[in-house]
Amino acid sequence: MWQFFHKLGSPKWFYGIAGRFMPWLLGFGLLLALAGIVWGLAFAPRDYLQGNSYRIIFIHVPTAFLAQSVYMMMAVAGVITLVWKMKLADVFVRAAAPVGAILTVLALFTGAVWGKPTWGTWWIWDARLTSMLILLFLYLGIIGLAHAYSDEKTAARAVAVLAVVGVVNIPIIKYSVEWWNTLHQPATFKLTEKPTMVPEMWVPLLLAVLGTYLLFGWAALYRMQTEVLRRERRTRWVKELIAAGGGSQLKSRGA
Amino acid sequence: MGQQESMSVRVLDPVTTSPGLWQSMIAVLRRDLRLSVRQKQDLLNPLLFFVMVVALFPLGVSPESDFLREAGAGILWVGALLATLLSLDHLFRFDYEDGTLEQMALQPQPLFVLVLAKTLAHWLVTGLPLVILTPMLGMMLFLDGNSVAVLCLTLLIGTPVLSLIGSVGAALTVGLRAGGVLLSLLVIPLYIPVLIFGTGTVMAAAGGSDVSGHLALMAAILVLALVLAPLAAAVALKISLSAS
Repeated sequence: MWQFFHKLGSPKWFYGIAGRFMPWLLGFGLLLALAGIVWGLAFAPRDYLQGNSYRIIFIHVPTAFLAQSVYMMMAVAGVITLVWKMKLADVFVRAAAPVGAILTVLALFTGAVWGKPTWGTWWIWDARLTSMLILLFLYLGIIGLAHAYSDEKTAARAVAVLAVVGVVNIPIIKYSVEWWNTLHQPATFKLTEKPTMVPEMWVPLLLAVLGTYLLFGWAALYRMQTEVLRRERRTRWVKELIAAGGGSQLKSRGA
Repeated sequence: MGQQESMSVRVLDPVTTSPGLWQSMIAVLRRDLRLSVRQKQDLLNPLLFFVMVVALFPLGVSPESDFLREAGAGILWVGALLATLLSLDHLFRFDYEDGTLEQMALQPQPLFVLVLAKTLAHWLVTGLPLVILTPMLGMMLFLDGNSVAVLCLTLLIGTPVLSLIGSVGAALTVGLRAGGVLLSLLVIPLYIPVLIFGTGTVMAAAGGSDVSGHLALMAAILVLALVLAPLAAAVALKISLSAS
């Protein structure tokens, strides 16, 4: 266990191990997500109240779910950066922030598309929509701060502080907007309760959520590999890798 | 810092050579207040900004008393929030540029205590005047007496929170040349709960319900910010200082 933890400090080791995980994450992620989405869109039963329009849930819930948990992961990585000064944690925050922001935008967009037939309006100043919008602002703040510093070490620690401060605020933001105004249906999945949906609906949804998690893992590892190569571009192992024809990211990004 | 402070410190505490926590806090507070009083423009700018933002709403939306009575609390809260935001960039910038901040970080006292003193000084010269101006502006927006009183109370609890949360953002961006715009991006999402509770309290008061629960919640946020924000700001300041 501790050896694994220490090895994570070596960019070269990480590059190799990430490369071995990525095809599996991509393969299983696509498989699960596609299975969940196809099942949900084509075969799951109609909702007795919302008809077919509820089917966007199979895209909306996974993106919204991930958007929130990616921020939590970033905050955990932020704590690791501040306490143990592990470089890879910072690489993760940098790699995950844009992915999380895009997932938040997707959740907001699919929510708007779902809101039109259900509530009769694209946007409503409802608690959960608003807190997702605030989450998007938090992501944008992190991305902005990460690019504002010229020194990478400073940027890493500043972003870590911001992520941790943000995560302390997330429950406060959530409850404040919830008391302020709410129209959204309650959360679909709760860890502590049995789902109220029929299994034909929640099983594909669960598959889609798991698949999206794996796909996020793949995207994060891919971006982390690129970032590691960029940071280590002057070291011997990266030069050897390029000479051997590896490091496809380097070429495709023109670095 | 003048000679007076160090003299009085020695008189207060003849045993040890370095001043205690209270003395150093009070010294920083007095210094910051004195600096603000001597740079009157910085003192006035947020207040003028506040008054002007509030004046834009009747001009831009509607001067009808019905609308203004409904929206007044929100307008004043948003105005106070933006005015605080405007003044935040100066919280650490001058001390950072002339090296005072580095000396503070080198003090034997923990940095968060000095940050707390600086934030308190910031609130005394921006937040408190905003609260004092609010009754007049509230009358101009046709708020009734009870609403104005509750509004002032929420601002009195809320503006220190704005200063405290803002100190974290200001500490993170103090080393950046174009920190101002980024600062608002970082800080505004964190301000939203305060804004919601602040205006919600006034709405509840206008609706005739009891607001002690709302006020207790705001006070809880203030206590939380008072405990955590100086710590985070001190960490952030050390990061900014290590970069320079």
